[in-house]
Amino acid sequence: MKVSNDDLIKLYGNMWLIRMFEQRAADLFAKGALPGFIHLGIGQEAFMAGTHYSIKPGDSVGTSHREHGLLLLLGITPDALMAELYGKVTGSNKGKGGSMHACLPENGALGCNGILGSAQTIINGYGFAHKVRNTGNIAVTIFGDGAANRGDVHEGMNLASVMNLPVVFIIVDNGYGISMSSKNSSVVTDLSARAAGYGMPGVTADGNDVLAVIEATSEAFKRAREGGGPSVVEFKTYRHRGHFEGDPTPYRSKEELEMWMKKDPILRLEKILLDRSVINEKQMKDIKAEQMAIVDAAQKFAEESPYPEGSEGYGDVFYEYEGRD
Amino acid sequence: MREITVAQAINEALAEEMALNPEVYVFGEDIGDFGGCFGVTAGLKKKFPDRVMDTPISETGIMGLAAGGAYMGLKMVPEIMFSDFIGVAMDYLLNQVSKSRYMGGMLPKGDVCGLVLRVPNGAGLTAAAQHSQCTEALLMNIPGLKIAIPSTPHDYKGMLKYAIRGSDPVVFFEHKMLYGVKGPVPDEDYVVPFCSADVKREGNDVTVIATQMMVHKSLAAAEKLAKEGISVEVVDPRSLKPLDSDTIISSVKKTGRVVLVSEAPVFGNALAEVGLQIAERAMHDLKAAPLRVCGPNRPIPFTPVLEKQWIVSEEDIINGIKKVLE
Ligand SMILES: Cc1ncc(C[n+]2csc(CCOP(=O)(O)OP(=O)(O)O)c2C)c(N)n1
Ligand SMILES: [Mg+2]
Repeated sequence: MKVSNDDLIKLYGNMWLIRMFEQRAADLFAKGALPGFIHLGIGQEAFMAGTHYSIKPGDSVGTSHREHGLLLLLGITPDALMAELYGKVTGSNKGKGGSMHACLPENGALGCNGILGSAQTIINGYGFAHKVRNTGNIAVTIFGDGAANRGDVHEGMNLASVMNLPVVFIIVDNGYGISMSSKNSSVVTDLSARAAGYGMPGVTADGNDVLAVIEATSEAFKRAREGGGPSVVEFKTYRHRGHFEGDPTPYRSKEELEMWMKKDPILRLEKILLDRSVINEKQMKDIKAEQMAIVDAAQKFAEESPYPEGSEGYGDVFYEYEGRD
Repeated sequence: MREITVAQAINEALAEEMALNPEVYVFGEDIGDFGGCFGVTAGLKKKFPDRVMDTPISETGIMGLAAGGAYMGLKMVPEIMFSDFIGVAMDYLLNQVSKSRYMGGMLPKGDVCGLVLRVPNGAGLTAAAQHSQCTEALLMNIPGLKIAIPSTPHDYKGMLKYAIRGSDPVVFFEHKMLYGVKGPVPDEDYVVPFCSADVKREGNDVTVIATQMMVHKSLAAAEKLAKEGISVEVVDPRSLKPLDSDTIISSVKKTGRVVLVSEAPVFGNALAEVGLQIAERAMHDLKAAPLRVCGPNRPIPFTPVLEKQWIVSEEDIINGIKKVLE
């Protein structure tokens, strides 16, 4: 898969957007500005940007709780996402979803499922709709090494395979499910091996190498689009932050974190860009400044937005008989 | 008017709605050529070979497929073979389809979640404790879910058609012992809306509020009591959520006495909610305390003698009515 220089620059900008948005969320959370709890994807930008690269308009993409970043790339504006994190009425979900449920289904940004594993059966319904309506689109579901052990995931994979649905299961092995090492939650080293049990292809790729991510996803997406059925793509990566903000991470060593910091996906893309003379240091700085301005504006927008009216808490339950018990 | 069974009524409703809307899908375990464990979907696959789908034994897979398809605007009508099995797929009712519109998650905004889960309910087939329960009470405390609990062929057909045309997630309880029960059903197209409790028999002395199989037993009890000069009104809520409490309250205000009859265990029974709403809204019209005639708070036994004893009988209902009249 040849990625043009222009696209490499776009990927670089996207990865910085994710990192800066997430870093800002971390800072705001630490200050107490954001309610609830948040899971950040710092360190996992390459798999998000690379997966997004082969998504087409009309595709349905279900993310996990650590993918604010991919939601931004799928079209939730930084303003709407930041406002949602604040619980403001201008948020993507009018403040009724929060970090975990921010979404823009019109754009195929389905958001995360608070119940690990359930999204991996629900994605089949999206894939089924694409199939029976002949849209040529696909349905993609992203979940972690921890969620991969839920029983529903297995029913979802089996059904997708039996029905030959245009669904791609993306497993993100970032080493942990909260404190549980992925080494201890499954005896299988590469979770993509599970695909074989459902008669579908499975590959594992370096999730910190955006080009490897593009290679793996573009192939799986293409297969699904062409009627070749579902498959599993697994990415090995690492979260730099704790499970959620405030997690003191007693379960992992400093050395391990440092080792992974050296494999920072943004640094790796920078090296490619400089080695290939795609851009220079000055252009890199400009790109960063651009993304920073977007995040600054999003924070300002969110801070200045109002909270929802009390009546907002009661709506959006039933389509018919709204307001009836 | 012609008479057909509840099973035929459901089958007709499915076939008619599938013919009307090319995006209605019916699926579940053994519902295709086999026609479903209770024969309810017999012949449907012949009529709609691509839209009647047999699935593997995967209750969570079935519900996930239903949810995602519904979020995309398809009309998904899954079946789970026994209502006892909803526990296996409970997450989809508790956290998924009931919450998606509210949280703005998964569901295209302002759009629909046309999902009707059909589940066979109830005891009477000596199927023991895991294949005999009435499980509707489990779903009462979930905002965002609709619960249909009809009792006659007319209501089964009309409510199922209404549910499939609707835009909210519905759990549609079908009592197994009613599948073979006949009743009048019009030839022409009609629907029965939710939130429309039905007075199945008018009376003045006491109101019986009953669901599913118990509607029929209560009507039989009322018939017998009429000979003793006791006039019983039988009200069938038809949907538990939303609940048409207005019809119930006006009946209770008229008679001043109420008996709540349900096959499910008495503790935490769905009709307890009805009883409390009566207390809140019609306490001063009551001439006697409301009485529950419900199943015992025990699992359902296998052997016919014990199962028969477990299930609320006509006699139990008669005794209950006489008690509130004392
Ligand atoms: C069914 C269910 N069980 C447990 C949780 C609580 N929980 C939320 S995130 C998480 C860890 C998930 O790990 P993983 O899937 O690897 O994703 P990661 O957090 O590493 O991105 C757990 C246990 C949940 N949300 N849902
Ligand atoms: Mg993980």
